[in-house]
Amino acid sequence: MIHMSLMITDVLIIGAGAVGCAVARELSRYKLKVVVVDKEYDVAAGTSGRNSAVVHAGFNNKPGSLMARLCVEGNAGFETLCKELDVPYKKTGKFVVAFDEEDQKTLQIIYKQGLNNGCKGLRILDGEELKRRLPDVGGISAMESIDTAIFDPFLYTVALAENASCNGVLFRFGEEVKNIEKIEGKERERYSVTTDKRTYKARYVVNCAGVGSVRVAQMLGFNQYKLYPCRGEYLILDKIAEKFLQVPVYPAPKKGIGGLGVHLTPTIHGNIIIGPSAEYIEDGEDYSSTKLIIDKLFDEAKKLLPTLERKHIIGAYSGIRSKQAPPSEGGFHDFLIQEEPECKGFINLIGIESPGMTASMPIARMVCNIIGHSIDLNPNLSFNPIRKGILKFSDQNDEEKDRLIKINPEYGEVVCRCQNVTKAEICQAIENPLGVKSIASIKYRVWATTGRCNGGYCFARIAEILEKDYGINPEDITLRGKGSEYFIGRVK
Amino acid sequence: MMERYDVVVIGAGPGGLAAATSAKQHGAERVLVFDRNCYCGGVLNQCIHDGFGLVRYKEALTGPEYAEKACREADKANVEIKTGAMVLSISKDRVMSVVCGNGFMKVQAGAIVLATGCRERTRGAISIPGTRPAGIYTAGVVQNLVNIKNIMIGKRVVVLGSGDIGLIMARRLTLEGAKVLAVIEILPEPCGLQRNISQCLYDFDIPLYVSHTVSRIIGKRKLEAVEISEVDDNKQPISGTERIIECDSLVLSVGLIPENEVALTAGIALNEKTNGIITDDYLQSSVPGIFACGNCRSVMDLADLVSEQGEVAGANATCYIKGEKMKIYMEKQSVFKKGFPEKGTVTCPLCPNGCSIGEYGEKVVGNKCKRGELYFRQEQIDPRRTLTTTVKGIDGMLHPIKIENVRKNELFYKIQNLDKN
Ligand SMILES: Cc1cc2nc3c(=O)[nH]c(=O)nc-3n(C[C@H](O)[C@H](O)[C@H](O)COP(=O)(O)OP(=O)(O)OC[C@H]3O[C@@H](n4cnc5c(N)ncnc54)[C@H](O)[C@@H]3O)c2cc1C
Ligand SMILES: Cc1cc2nc3c(=O)[nH]c(=O)nc-3n(C[C@H](O)[C@H](O)[C@H](O)COP(=O)(O)OP(=O)(O)OC[C@H]3O[C@@H](n4cnc5c(N)ncnc54)[C@H](O)[C@@H]3O)c2cc1C
Ligand code: SF4
Repeated sequence: MIHMSLMITDVLIIGAGAVGCAVARELSRYKLKVVVVDKEYDVAAGTSGRNSAVVHAGFNNKPGSLMARLCVEGNAGFETLCKELDVPYKKTGKFVVAFDEEDQKTLQIIYKQGLNNGCKGLRILDGEELKRRLPDVGGISAMESIDTAIFDPFLYTVALAENASCNGVLFRFGEEVKNIEKIEGKERERYSVTTDKRTYKARYVVNCAGVGSVRVAQMLGFNQYKLYPCRGEYLILDKIAEKFLQVPVYPAPKKGIGGLGVHLTPTIHGNIIIGPSAEYIEDGEDYSSTKLIIDKLFDEAKKLLPTLERKHIIGAYSGIRSKQAPPSEGGFHDFLIQEEPECKGFINLIGIESPGMTASMPIARMVCNIIGHSIDLNPNLSFNPIRKGILKFSDQNDEEKDRLIKINPEYGEVVCRCQNVTKAEICQAIENPLGVKSIASIKYRVWATTGRCNGGYCFARIAEILEKDYGINPEDITLRGKGSEYFIGRVK
Repeated sequence: MMERYDVVVIGAGPGGLAAATSAKQHGAERVLVFDRNCYCGGVLNQCIHDGFGLVRYKEALTGPEYAEKACREADKANVEIKTGAMVLSISKDRVMSVVCGNGFMKVQAGAIVLATGCRERTRGAISIPGTRPAGIYTAGVVQNLVNIKNIMIGKRVVVLGSGDIGLIMARRLTLEGAKVLAVIEILPEPCGLQRNISQCLYDFDIPLYVSHTVSRIIGKRKLEAVEISEVDDNKQPISGTERIIECDSLVLSVGLIPENEVALTAGIALNEKTNGIITDDYLQSSVPGIFACGNCRSVMDLADLVSEQGEVAGANATCYIKGEKMKIYMEKQSVFKKGFPEKGTVTCPLCPNGCSIGEYGEKVVGNKCKRGELYFRQEQIDPRRTLTTTVKGIDGMLHPIKIENVRKNELFYKIQNLDKN
């Protein structure tokens, strides 16, 4: 028999997406032993790294719902949070555009709904003003939301995790939770959670497993929950497209669809993303792009932005919504966030679909409150809310650039030419506090390989740095950890 | 203090080196070349196969050999070369912002020649459906990994696109022990040179599927297979023709795009379609005093022609600062033949004519000169090839080598027994 090591913890969080990491970060304010496990090899490998990256204002959600309340609350605190965590954030505002009379009625409905939910900064614009504000966009009228913002969802999740880790939380990657058992009679070790590597004994288990949360819940016999994975595909446009659009532009939502409709969103890095589509699929981890949708997205986007061209596309990706509403019903069910009455200390978070990124921090506080009901939460006196990210060389002025190179000549070596990322930044990304060393983890931390050459120039250079400077064998260089090896070894 | 030069060339590939050499020869006093690589020669350093220099030097050189010649010429002309230095931007009055290991600097030039080369088109640019696993590379990256970084990509390879770099890499990977399962081309004709079709694919029985494309990528974390389909006249996959090929690597050779990141910062006009720098008859861009040559102007498949163009650009840059009359550049097309070799013929690789040589009764036909006839005869009785590969030096680095006159059926034997030679 293989010997499995054992680890005892106060809280075990399953899933290192934005929600799991936010919960970890908020719990690190208290004197608690917290461990986060994820089956993948970095944070944000699930939906948190695959979405529209919009800080929603909260006008799309049903009044009185958790979604509405937590979204508005999340939006209000997002800018400060991003400052604390050094995460790229930009308050762009957003336009919801009407193309026909039905759409105009919809705008009125969501406008009122927004006011009801407590959103500020909503306005209805007539066609003339729309034309003036967004000359490249079609449409007959629009609603503007001033509080909507864009941010970097990957760095946001990384920052939460790094901050949590600096405040004492332990992250364990490449461990899939396979089984959970309830241990009767032991107050401090109520659950035994087994992964493919070891067993954890925990007083609290927080199920933040996203699309996988239903399977995790089933491990303890909760069979009443259901999720219907619904894929949203996106196209990524070249930076050149930036001049067309600085503000997210959404069509007025159509009844019954499971998303917000195909929209155009500028990213914090200056690209534009088109999407998402909405297809219910079987496999909750099938992040494929399909020809049908690629073509369709492009056509839809062209409706919003007639000047768009096919050659502007530099990539594609997709994310998966964990929908509780079955396809036959459509629309949204509210977030489910609760401690299971018959299983004290087991907290389920199910159906955390959009606006889950925006709401992640209020969700985390809710989880803290739930835990605070049954034990005293003593403050961790050394808690530090501040996290510093990697300094972006290309954002510095000439004197600062010179100064940086004089201190560290590796700032003088540009590795990724599309995004002007230097070797010094790549090295800092490789030496990240979470200790993950895949090409994707470097990519998302400093935004290398993401330009229009898709890493044509810098991919080989980064591989070389991993090999030469960090002693990693070519056959151990991966895209996203084990199972995604790039190379088979040396030529000679 | 800002340094001043007469002519600054950006890029030390064949285009840039020729431009700098010629600027010096035409009387520019202070000539400087910047390259962000820590070596000279641009992309040629990774092109270890032979076939360069047939026009310019009348011999079949490898890329590194050609690069060395060009570097030596620049050296002899006393051109200053600064490697490991990347130009970030150019202002309208020709002041460049440059970063290198010593710091950030500004350099002003009387005239500038852009010779920044090209980049490869990627999967994103051609939007192939499917997953996004590890195992998809562009051909130039593979060339760099295999020939310079000593990294082998996989065992079972599919190549998408029949451009020359893809064909050359199909052969290179085969020689290094990979199985190249197919080369897939969306057009009805391959787009590489006839000599490469014949010497890179036919020599090794690598199947070429024209009017086909990769219609889907399969594999969650690591590439497991590709789905290929036949395409219709509009290049759309025909449903029902799908076929799965299990592989661990997909190599994309789907075209090159001029690299004009820096040109854009100077507000230089680019061709909307090709992304190349638009120039007048004198190779001058839309911004006076900034010239362009080589692949950043328009992608050329022959380094020899790039050098020639560089010479004109360098000369004209010098004329510009002296206020002299500039030279008109005559556009030249490569004479090498592309596509399928003619049935029943042999493509002669000895000079740019690339004659298709065959037999008519007892007579050898199609050759323009005697050398072709000898080559054809040799092909019939005992075909010989130039083997280009790398060896690991005592410094631990790979060094390109070229062995001429190897029996075609002994290529593998030879490469496996290199140490014993
Ligand atoms: C197309 C799309 C667009 C969106 N746009 C926005 C937007 O613009 N703004 C916004 O606020 N929200 C948006 N959302 C919603 C938001 O992305 C999600 O709500 C959020 O990412 C959910 O985070 P999470 O941590 O719950 O899930 P995830 O990020 O999916 O994390 C779950 C983690 O659990 C791990 N896991 C699963 N099972 C196991 C197991 N058995 N053992 C160990 N680990 C396991 C997974 O590997 C994964 O890393 C969008 C969602 C989609 C799909
Ligand atoms: C992968 C690949 C394989 C090829 N194989 C062949 C072949 O087999 N046979 C053939 O005849 N042709 C081949 N070609 C075409 C070949 O590129 C040309 O023949 C020739 O090398 C082009 O010369 P160039 O001077 O225009 O560009 P390059 O040789 O590409 O040189 C451009 C140089 O500019 C530098 N540079 C760019 N931007 C900056 C900046 N901002 N600051 C500083 N430096 C900068 C680059 O680092 C590079 O060294 C190949 C091209 C590629 C991309
Ligand atoms: S036959 Fe002569 S002219 Fe023709 S390609 Fe060969 S060497 Fe050149």
